[in-house]
Amino acid sequence: MKILIIGGGPGGLYSGFLLKKADPTHEITLLERNPPDATYGWGVVFSERTLSTFQEVDSETYQDITKHFVRWDAIDVQYHDHTIRSGGHVFAGISRKLLLNILQKHCREVGVRMKFGVEVSDLSDFGDFDLIIAADGVNSFVRKTYESIFQPSVTLENAKFIWFGTDKVFDAFTFLFCENEHGLFQAHCYPFDSNTGTCIVECEQATCQRAGLEKASEAESIAYCEKLFAQALGGHRLLSNKSSWINFPTVRNKTWRHKNIVLLGDAVHTAHFSIGSGTKLAMEDAIALVRALERHRDVETALTDYEIERKPVTETIQNAAQQSLTYFENVKRYFHLEPMQFVFHLLTRSERVSYENLRLRDSRYADAIDRWFMGSAVGTSKNGDRAGDAPRPMGNAFPLRGVKLANRVVWAPTAPYSAREGMPNDRHQARLGERWLREVGLVMTEPAAVSPEGRITPGCAGIYRAEHVAAWARIVASIHDSSLSQSPTKIAIQLAHSGRRGSTRPRWEGLDRPLRDGNWPLFSASPLPYTPLSQVPKEMGAADREKVRKDFIQAAEMADQAGFDMIQLHFAHGYLLASFLSPLTNQRSDGYGGSLDNRMRYPLEVFDAVRAVWPETKPIAVAISATDWSKGGTELQDAVVIARMLQARGCDLVTVLAGQTTIQAEPAYGPCFLTRFSDRVRNEARIATMVAGHITTADQINTILAAGRADLCIIDPPGDPPGNPPSDPPSDPPS
Amino acid sequence: MKVGIGLPTTILGTDRALILEWARRADEGRYSTLGIFDRFAYDSFEPLTTLAAAAAVTERIRLATTILTGPLHNTAMLAKAAASVDALSGGRLVLGLALGAREADYKVAGVEYRSRGRRLSEQLGALRSYWEENTFGPKPSRPGGPELLVGGTSEPAFARMARYANGYLHGGGPPRAFARAAEKARAAWFDAGRPDKLHLWGMGYYALGEDAVEAGIGYMKDYYSFAGPFADRITAGLLTTPNAIAEFIQGYQEAGCDELLLFPTVGNITQLTRLAEAVG
Ligand SMILES: Cc1cc2nc3c(=O)[nH]c(=O)nc-3n(C[C@H](O)[C@H](O)[C@H](O)COP(=O)(O)OP(=O)(O)OC[C@H]3O[C@@H](n4cnc5c(N)ncnc54)[C@H](O)[C@@H]3O)c2cc1C
Ligand SMILES: Cc1cc2nc3c(=O)[nH]c(=O)nc-3n(C[C@H](O)[C@H](O)[C@H](O)COP(=O)(O)O)c2cc1C
Repeated sequence: MKILIIGGGPGGLYSGFLLKKADPTHEITLLERNPPDATYGWGVVFSERTLSTFQEVDSETYQDITKHFVRWDAIDVQYHDHTIRSGGHVFAGISRKLLLNILQKHCREVGVRMKFGVEVSDLSDFGDFDLIIAADGVNSFVRKTYESIFQPSVTLENAKFIWFGTDKVFDAFTFLFCENEHGLFQAHCYPFDSNTGTCIVECEQATCQRAGLEKASEAESIAYCEKLFAQALGGHRLLSNKSSWINFPTVRNKTWRHKNIVLLGDAVHTAHFSIGSGTKLAMEDAIALVRALERHRDVETALTDYEIERKPVTETIQNAAQQSLTYFENVKRYFHLEPMQFVFHLLTRSERVSYENLRLRDSRYADAIDRWFMGSAVGTSKNGDRAGDAPRPMGNAFPLRGVKLANRVVWAPTAPYSAREGMPNDRHQARLGERWLREVGLVMTEPAAVSPEGRITPGCAGIYRAEHVAAWARIVASIHDSSLSQSPTKIAIQLAHSGRRGSTRPRWEGLDRPLRDGNWPLFSASPLPYTPLSQVPKEMGAADREKVRKDFIQAAEMADQAGFDMIQLHFAHGYLLASFLSPLTNQRSDGYGGSLDNRMRYPLEVFDAVRAVWPETKPIAVAISATDWSKGGTELQDAVVIARMLQARGCDLVTVLAGQTTIQAEPAYGPCFLTRFSDRVRNEARIATMVAGHITTADQINTILAAGRADLCIIDPPGDPPGNPPSDPPSDPPS
Repeated sequence: MKVGIGLPTTILGTDRALILEWARRADEGRYSTLGIFDRFAYDSFEPLTTLAAAAAVTERIRLATTILTGPLHNTAMLAKAAASVDALSGGRLVLGLALGAREADYKVAGVEYRSRGRRLSEQLGALRSYWEENTFGPKPSRPGGPELLVGGTSEPAFARMARYANGYLHGGGPPRAFARAAEKARAAWFDAGRPDKLHLWGMGYYALGEDAVEAGIGYMKDYYSFAGPFADRITAGLLTTPNAIAEFIQGYQEAGCDELLLFPTVGNITQLTRLAEAVG
């Protein structure tokens, strides 16, 4: 085959070498616009896993590359005058120049024709080639030539960064954080030979401007950063290589090939440097491409095969890179965290590394995390005492006012829809006391209605009649008694009013479907039906508001009599109080609509009333929809404000839910899908949070807790949801 | 995990004889379900009509549309047609609905394309009401009507599924892809507060025997030609050996699939026999 490779970076060179090696009859030409030893940048990093792939594919290049490696296994984070190290990561670095020289040498040996100083600017000269590999980097000219086919998107990320070298030899992958009068700067530093390292400095665009760096000369930028990081550099210098402050371009392409032309490496995808994967991806692309060409006789089929294999992999890495860069863009949000937690949060920022991963790599680090977590949980010594004496994060107690939860796991089963006239029964007791009971710190009831009209379905439990108190008291006692540990499992009741989502059928028949008969009138902040088939609710007037407020007060008093340890008020999922909160469902023109202050007015009146009657020693949580997942609705930044308002009124815990405000919402589901919302609310509003969102494993819980993304986790049972609907669905309307 | 088989109704050359023979033999075999595709603007059979015919020559096997392009249909007429197939089959119908991936189907049917997502959501709620309220007969065999499944990979598809359906139908791909979608479906299900069991369905394509592989690939490329590069991707996943099928089945089982449907890509009854041998 006659093959043209455009670009002599790692991707192009490795492809050329592997192809020629696989089939020496290939005629391969590689064109590179620069001279052989000119290169930008400094070092690149590979992980152990990447290296073993290289070894499998070609041991000679592997050996040549690894001969020159510097290896290290630690990540250091310098933050607030602390340096914290976690080990076992295993990285290897090499200078880019050396890597290219090695690959060039091997290309030469097998007979790849390389021409340097040749810039390709017109593909029509190459009509007689069977295959054209475009490895021409992030500004790929081939990609631009066939834009309509590849459909690329190039996003310039917000932050500014500059790529320096340094003669300071770091012995770990090092993250530095440094604040001065212009703002916050961070540096990502790693060694690549015995006397040189890479040092990438990054800051917000505004910080860059304030520091006058955008227009600064290279020498001025160096002087500025040397001074800034003087302490960490310890008298060493930063080295330049035509360095300038730029925005990272994230490249994606819908299609990776066109006829016999294929994109590879940075030309087709980039991943933010903070996860150091660009060179690895380019070289893995080369491997996949060569294998696909071995598998298929037909070039176009092979190129498709290559795209199919590589696209999902790069998308996964790009997602991780996106999360990582978003983290660094917002890192100030986490500056209140203590160093141990700050570092754990940083290490787990892209959700690809978990608590157990870190423990496997460095058990002493994980033990230190456990000890720190225990210390912070009980508010004593910062670093714990002996190794191995602290439980995993989820095993720590959590104090809320006078109530101490034995651990951080919460079980909140779905409603069985088996109540009659609001009376909870054995099914509730069985479900709340399921297999989890002995292991969780808190169980929480279904949303219990504060009045008959406040029920979602006729089968919903409530707390509005004298008999309910005794029925709940029995359940509370059974939870308190049957717990094995010394500190009994606590139980919270959710108090709710369904609002415009009331008067519907049990949910195994589908959500929000009005009753066949016996519907009761609904009210809401504004007269908007929940679904096109739903009843139009009445706009709540002053008397309605007063009645519901009193219902909540009565329910709270009953909850106390029944012995509940905690209340959660439901301000989420489109129920009555939520309908005031969201601009999508509140169109009022009185003092209860309009601004967020106004929309919060009624929910806060209810909160205050409940807080006033609920014992001082017992906590109150409030569940909110942190986003409506819908244009014009509540967004995450509003949720932060809402959480702050609640905290100011004495709310102890915010439970982070999302969506269900309207049926038009476009939720994004998956494992731990609410965690990033909780992270934002907790770390910006600085209030304790409880998070739901399909959390199913202990590892997920420990990772969330240790990173400070939440304080309590509501779990979904792994595997199958509960079971079949009861055979005798109740259908009594409220009297 | 149950294993079902698809009918070859979108494969060129399929006729009455093949469909009836296929249905009969599948019913005699161990398959749990007969699946059927919907593709309006294409040389293919209409799903519910075909399932009615299959109902007449089978006794045991369940009959599932996987999927039917819901918004192409008037909801009341769809409710009646489905109730009829359900009655004709003695309660064996499973109705899977999705948006359909092709604008052309909507054009040819003269139905608006743009609002299809919203219409499908409304349709799902309305179907149940027609069946439950016995607005018209025939009376469905189970209270509330046939089991409903929803397919689709967009984010709203999962919410729609959890709001209205009994389960989720994945559109095919390696077990890993199914597992990811299944996690989304479970997350949506719990978030919706559904107290009942979520049913997870998967599917795959096969062509067994040296003589069949090329024809299978040809069919896949043509059937998915509307989908651009996706056509090649899905074609590359074609299962062509008993080993590949066994691995695929195991992968789906491990990912928590409840029911896996294997679809032929060659319209020949030997394909059914060969699958039976491979699945054992
Ligand atoms: C700050 C920073 C830090 C990084 N750190 C790491 C790291 O630690 N680890 C890691 O793995 N990756 C890292 N990367 C990414 C890495 O540099 C790239 O992803 C990698 O070089 C991509 O290889 P490539 O072969 O696709 O493209 P490139 O290396 O960009 O090579 C493209 C080549 O094509 C040539 N060329 C372009 N156009 C033409 C043309 N028209 N005609 C002829 N020749 C042409 C160019 O001169 C260049 O030599 C980092 C990137 C940045 C920006
Ligand atoms: C299991 C499954 C089977 C499908 N079968 C068909 C089909 O037979 N006919 C059809 O038009 N579309 C079919 N599709 C495509 C869907 O209708 C839908 O268009 C596609 O999954 C993308 O929709 P989304 O954007 O809502 O996720 C199928 C999808 C799934 C999940």
